[in-house]
Amino acid sequence: MGNDKNVRRHTISVWVDNQPGVLSRVTGLFSGRGFNIESLCVAETMDPEVSRITLVTTGDEQIVEQIIKQLRKLINTIKVVDLCELDHVEREMALVTVKAEDKSRAEVLRIADIFRCRVVDVSPSTYTLEITGTHEKLGAVLSLLKGHGILDVVRSGSLAIQRAKKD
Amino acid sequence: MKMTGAQIILECLKREGVKHIFGYPGGAVIDIYDELTRTPEIKHYLVRHEQAAVHAADGYARAADKVGVALVTSGPGATNTVTGIASAYMDSIPIVVFTGQVPTALIGNDAFQEVDIVGITRPCTKHNYLVTDIKHLARTIHEAFYIARSGRPGPVLVDLPKNVQQAKIEPEFPQEIKIKSYNPTLHANPRQVKRALETILEAERPVLYTGGGIIHSNAAEELTKFAEALQIPVTSTLMGLGGFPGVHPLWLGMLGMHGTYCANMAVAQSDVLIAVGARFDDRVTGRLDAFAPRATVIHIDVDPSSISKNVVVHIPIVGDCKDALHQLNNLLKKEEPKDWGQLRQGWLEQIREWNRKHPLRYKKSKEVIKPQFVVEKLWEVTQGEAYITTEVGQNQMWAAQFYKFTKPRRLMTSGGLGAMGYGFPAAMGVQVAKPDAIVIDIAGDGSILMNIQELTTVVENNLPVKIAILNNNYLGMVRQWQQLMYERRYSATDLSAQPDFVKVAEAFGAVGLRATRPEEVEPVIRKAMETPRPVIMDFVVDREECVLPMVPPGKATHEMLLA
Repeated sequence: MGNDKNVRRHTISVWVDNQPGVLSRVTGLFSGRGFNIESLCVAETMDPEVSRITLVTTGDEQIVEQIIKQLRKLINTIKVVDLCELDHVEREMALVTVKAEDKSRAEVLRIADIFRCRVVDVSPSTYTLEITGTHEKLGAVLSLLKGHGILDVVRSGSLAIQRAKKD
Repeated sequence: MKMTGAQIILECLKREGVKHIFGYPGGAVIDIYDELTRTPEIKHYLVRHEQAAVHAADGYARAADKVGVALVTSGPGATNTVTGIASAYMDSIPIVVFTGQVPTALIGNDAFQEVDIVGITRPCTKHNYLVTDIKHLARTIHEAFYIARSGRPGPVLVDLPKNVQQAKIEPEFPQEIKIKSYNPTLHANPRQVKRALETILEAERPVLYTGGGIIHSNAAEELTKFAEALQIPVTSTLMGLGGFPGVHPLWLGMLGMHGTYCANMAVAQSDVLIAVGARFDDRVTGRLDAFAPRATVIHIDVDPSSISKNVVVHIPIVGDCKDALHQLNNLLKKEEPKDWGQLRQGWLEQIREWNRKHPLRYKKSKEVIKPQFVVEKLWEVTQGEAYITTEVGQNQMWAAQFYKFTKPRRLMTSGGLGAMGYGFPAAMGVQVAKPDAIVIDIAGDGSILMNIQELTTVVENNLPVKIAILNNNYLGMVRQWQQLMYERRYSATDLSAQPDFVKVAEAFGAVGLRATRPEEVEPVIRKAMETPRPVIMDFVVDREECVLPMVPPGKATHEMLLA
């Protein structure tokens, strides 16, 4: 029943019991059933007994429906929301150490400025930048910085939250 | 009053109404076994391999409609349960497996007989627990039983470190179990039920396709009522056999890979397919795009993840099968009565025509015992009243085809996992649950050797289980595939080297009987049934008999090979 043309990226929020082993139930479900995880973020919520997982996966409608149902089936799962069904804000973060010597030192700063990155560490020959934004924005910044020489990079998974009702 | 962990465990079992457990002791559960000597309310059956403990608990659960319980030690004791747990998981059988564990201080140290059984069984249990603090012990055990039996049932494992069994506490036993994150939907949405009924009433060629959910939810009566009221023919998966009487005029026989011609044709031609407690397994559907291509599909299931998993469902109904069928029957009463027998005449006649053309059949012989003949005779002699367990392979399919199950909970078989070695220990469990019933394991000569050691258990406990070996000196089902699809290259399927099963039975202290000619079959069965002890019946059958019809793997169900 797979249908390639409906394959798209989904950001899913999963609220789970904050207990040992729960994350492995979630990731085990993905590997065991052949679903893919593009990224995953997990941390405690305001209620320390509950963790919130934000995961990004791709699949056609039927696969994503199955992923959500299987997630709900886990005994430790409290709630599952496909944020792609809702108006939401999504952010990723990256820390990147980029070569910045001579002429390129100013250019790297310019790029950082345009994309509202923060310089979090400086050495005579490098800058370490903190970038936040959408998946696409991070891609754009990194591809621009690539030309200057990326020495190290670490990216978080996506975090996403539903927009508050405006009325 | 303070209690030890071991005492709390047994107190919880008593509170859950557990009377029988199957197990095997070891260093990490010695405290529980010690406590068992002071717990006369619970009878423990000592199996001879931990896999058998779990299959026995599974058979017990199915026959008794209760949660089955197994108790084993850590390390190898725990790993030996995995096949049994995986089988119960695939077949949605409520069992709780208790495993011993090394003391919490040693966990992670690669201690003697340490294994991460919670990690190992995570994907094949409905849920599992490692109890690290005696404070949580009582609650965890009651949760385990609750989860095992509610919603879509399944196995739950509870791992018990030795120091937790030995610690002492003033226990609190929860009166009621509620789990915030676990609330299975049992009551079917009435609007969906109404939509379903409207569709069914418009149908010209409806078929009911039922599965294990009918058995688990005790919905057999509601199903029969509904099918009869609207004169809808019924087919079933392996797991659902007995959920509808196998001798009923509306009965089509099993569907799928070894289903009847008329069942597979009826599904292929149906305009409305009503799936109840079944999950569109690949052994049922064959090639997916050719499965019920013209049908509007209605699917009733307690597990939402079963719906639209393999086949697109037009009218999903999440809920308990019995509840949904009950609602359907009630709604139907409000409809204007129609002469459904008359309206359905054409469709039912078409089905009878298919059945006349290609009935379930085999070539009879006066010289050699046909395995199907043995199953037919077992049915005749027991008048269809026996509890049947099966191993896996040809024996399982012949049992499904030729033993006409008329009541639910009479067939115990490893349907989803297909675990050879299931049938005999499961029969043990069934016999414990139904001490006065006739319990027969229909076995093959390959499968029976996978748990033959349990002969000791049945002899020791005087469980008069009967084993009918359809002995063809082959790993029959694999041989059949090799014959049909691999040009008869019988790679590793010839089991000519085998023990004398009559002597095996005798060596274990059971009774061994053998039939080598067709006329000996019935006398051997009768003698076995009259013997109040465990019996092996060794039926030397036609070596190269095939299970037919057969839908070759990857083919559409209407492309079946016929007898």
